[in-house]
Amino acid sequence: MDSAAAALLGMGLAAAGFAGAGVGIGYIFGKMIEAVARQPEAEARVGKYMWIGFALVEAIALYGLVIAFIIMGLRK
Amino acid sequence: MENPLHPFELHQLVHLSLFGLDISLNKAVLIMWVVVGLAATLLVLGGTSRRLVPTKLQSLAEMLVEFIRGIILDTMGQDGLKFFPLVGTLFVFILFSNLLGLIPGSYTVTSQIVVTGVFALMVYGLSLVLGFLLHGIKFLGILVPPGTPGWLLPLMMPIELISQLARPISLAVRLFANMTAGHVILGVLFGLAITGGVLIGWLPFAFTIAMNALEVGIAFIQAYIFTVLTCVYLGDAMHLHGHEEHAH
Repeated sequence: MDSAAAALLGMGLAAAGFAGAGVGIGYIFGKMIEAVARQPEAEARVGKYMWIGFALVEAIALYGLVIAFIIMGLRK
Repeated sequence: MENPLHPFELHQLVHLSLFGLDISLNKAVLIMWVVVGLAATLLVLGGTSRRLVPTKLQSLAEMLVEFIRGIILDTMGQDGLKFFPLVGTLFVFILFSNLLGLIPGSYTVTSQIVVTGVFALMVYGLSLVLGFLLHGIKFLGILVPPGTPGWLLPLMMPIELISQLARPISLAVRLFANMTAGHVILGVLFGLAITGGVLIGWLPFAFTIAMNALEVGIAFIQAYIFTVLTCVYLGDAMHLHGHEEHAH
């Protein structure tokens, strides 16, 4: 296998990290719905923390993207 | 394969140099001036009238101030209000540059890691300086979470040290990666829409509209997250385990 193919494979593998973020985002929104169903008056308070958690999880998925970019930069 | 990062490359428009330093103008610098000018104009216009029944612009400025004040009070408490100018400037600048970058043909300043990196290093450096000024050498106690048993210390301190050192990196990379990724996704979808032709191309094109709406939300959320984390880091340095109920 030449190094160009290996770089492409590595970039693809870096995208596999999105699976974890998918689980995390699903978990956050599911728990948010559970919390609001139990205690509808807490929605504003819980919602604020939900968006913070959502952004933190999404950022972790994007670290995978950054790694793919780094590999792409090393390719040349 | 075409480089998807091509739209983020910067080329100098006007070549300038000052004592051997390269201070050439490029697109990012120009857009940064536009961002600062627009934000300053809107806020000054909204802030000077001060009527009892506010105009639209004045209510917008008041909402913004109340919002930033709420963030600071939630995370740092009453004595955090002296950082209002810093936190407010960061929020307004990041929000305006994220939103202006969504206009086609414009440039997202925050998609350059040098911009977000400087912000993150400045915030983290300020929190370190503040912590050592307020608490002296006791500030190193931030490496020991409260209630840690003694035998766990050799394990906990390296972990806490790494998590502390990762703070500026994650703060910078989060904003930069979110902005870059959003624009790359939009670019890829538009590419699909063009190559797909009319028959199938409307599908990715419709998707770009939905993505644009999501990007407006992301622009706001990322500015909010950056501000909240700035407040949390500064609050950690100020209170040093004292405000556990505020620091989430």
